[in-house]
Amino acid sequence: MTAALEVRDLRVRYGDVRALDGVDLTVAHGRVCGLVGVNGSGKSTLFKAVMGVVRAETGTVLVDGTDPDTARRRGTVSYVPQSEDVDPTFPLSVRDVVMTGRYGRLGPTRRPRREDHAAVDDALGRVGLDDLADRQIGRLSGGQRKRAFVARGLAQGATVLLLDEPFAGVDKASEATIVRLLRELAAGGAAVLVSTHDLHALPALADEAALLHRRVLVHGTPAEVLRPENLALAFGVGTPAVDR
Amino acid sequence: MSAVDLLVEPLTYDFMVRALVTILVASVVCAVLSCWLVLIGWSLMGDAVSHAVLPGVVLAYVVGAPFALGALVFGLLAVVLIGFVRDTSRVKEDAAIGIVFTSLFALGLVLVSVTPSQTDLHHIVFGNLLGVARGELVQVGLLGALVLVVLLVKRRDLTLYAFDPTHAHAIGLSPRRLGALLLGLLAVTAVVALQAVGVVLVVAMLVVPGATAQLLTDRFSRMLVIAPALAAACGVVGLYASYYADTASGATIVLTQGVVFAAVHLFSPRRGVVTTWLVRRARPAVPAPE
Repeated sequence: MTAALEVRDLRVRYGDVRALDGVDLTVAHGRVCGLVGVNGSGKSTLFKAVMGVVRAETGTVLVDGTDPDTARRRGTVSYVPQSEDVDPTFPLSVRDVVMTGRYGRLGPTRRPRREDHAAVDDALGRVGLDDLADRQIGRLSGGQRKRAFVARGLAQGATVLLLDEPFAGVDKASEATIVRLLRELAAGGAAVLVSTHDLHALPALADEAALLHRRVLVHGTPAEVLRPENLALAFGVGTPAVDR
Repeated sequence: MSAVDLLVEPLTYDFMVRALVTILVASVVCAVLSCWLVLIGWSLMGDAVSHAVLPGVVLAYVVGAPFALGALVFGLLAVVLIGFVRDTSRVKEDAAIGIVFTSLFALGLVLVSVTPSQTDLHHIVFGNLLGVARGELVQVGLLGALVLVVLLVKRRDLTLYAFDPTHAHAIGLSPRRLGALLLGLLAVTAVVALQAVGVVLVVAMLVVPGATAQLLTDRFSRMLVIAPALAAACGVVGLYASYYADTASGATIVLTQGVVFAAVHLFSPRRGVVTTWLVRRARPAVPAPE
């Protein structure tokens, strides 16, 4: 079976700084993979490479067996941004935001059809935001906002979900709701790649985990990755960020 | 003199009718565009492009090309130069914008001074609403309609670009192309507004209506109605006020927009500074729990 996500020897650099240095990672459908690493370890860059936002120097990224450009035209990948990347004053309702997940399927003017409204209603129901659908996106709590963006991925019909630090600034109750939601999505066949600093929550959240420090140092079960000797590799010992 | 006479009398002059139509078109087009500019944080970009089109307008006049073409070329050139200075030096974006647009504006002023043309500098800088000729009115109407149609057809893509360009990219849209489209429309709009209020005041028309509408609603679709409606009303009120008070028409219109913004900021029902203060004051103080 084709892997949901297959990254081979991926190298990305910004000027002198090498952000990713030979990343190998495969995530199958139906799995939640936790991505762990210090700030600057390349988690966000890996997400951007999967979406085709940054170009690889060398290496390959395959999403559902195709290149990122084809995958994004098919609406395969959905991205849940970090909280600070979203303008909370932007005058869009939760429903408007979720509807943007459908845009790839719509005509040039993106005028929604009946089935698009139905898909949005269904997605809002699955994340438990039906009652808040008409509220302005910035007037949701941090956790509710994350659920709205997950709903956008659901409405999109994405089979690969990327979540960048979804638990930052989120209360415990919302975190539990998001974890349950991601588990349900994986049970439905989606592949979920989620970066997190919350190591304690990793076993409940993820089937597998990858320890990233410009390349994948360890990839295994959460218990394996969380062994002290492995964490020391990523959190205790630094490797030079700049090519010499 | 009755109220009807007050309204009708200025319209007995052809130049006032042309001025009224011009300001209505310019106000509506600028206001609709301003909704995206204020949300993306491109207000300064509106300032930059509207100034930077000047050399393009003068050169187009010299070679006999349409003003809009020259403006478009220099508007986009300004955007490219701003990006170049920002990305290849330690200079931050606001400084890069300031350097590029003042340089291009100065180039335009130099060209005006050495070009044997009928281009009246005062009219370019401060507008010449009362002197709009029939041909210019047609140009304003055509360009305005073009910009408005493109904005309305692509409004959902542009809003997504303003809100979350990464998602736009993830679903197969091109944020780069959408940004370029918006900047291209900004350059054309600058030409439309240049005729009405002049370069210096264009920036107000490209910022104030959108900012005012943003204070009044939480829905972008409503902003797209409120901003042009307010701007059109301000255009009409400002034009009549300038007629009867014998003041500069472009400046009076922008001043009207500024007054309306201040009134909304202070007294809007939900978020007005004075309104919320009064509500807080009227609410009885809750005793602190023991």
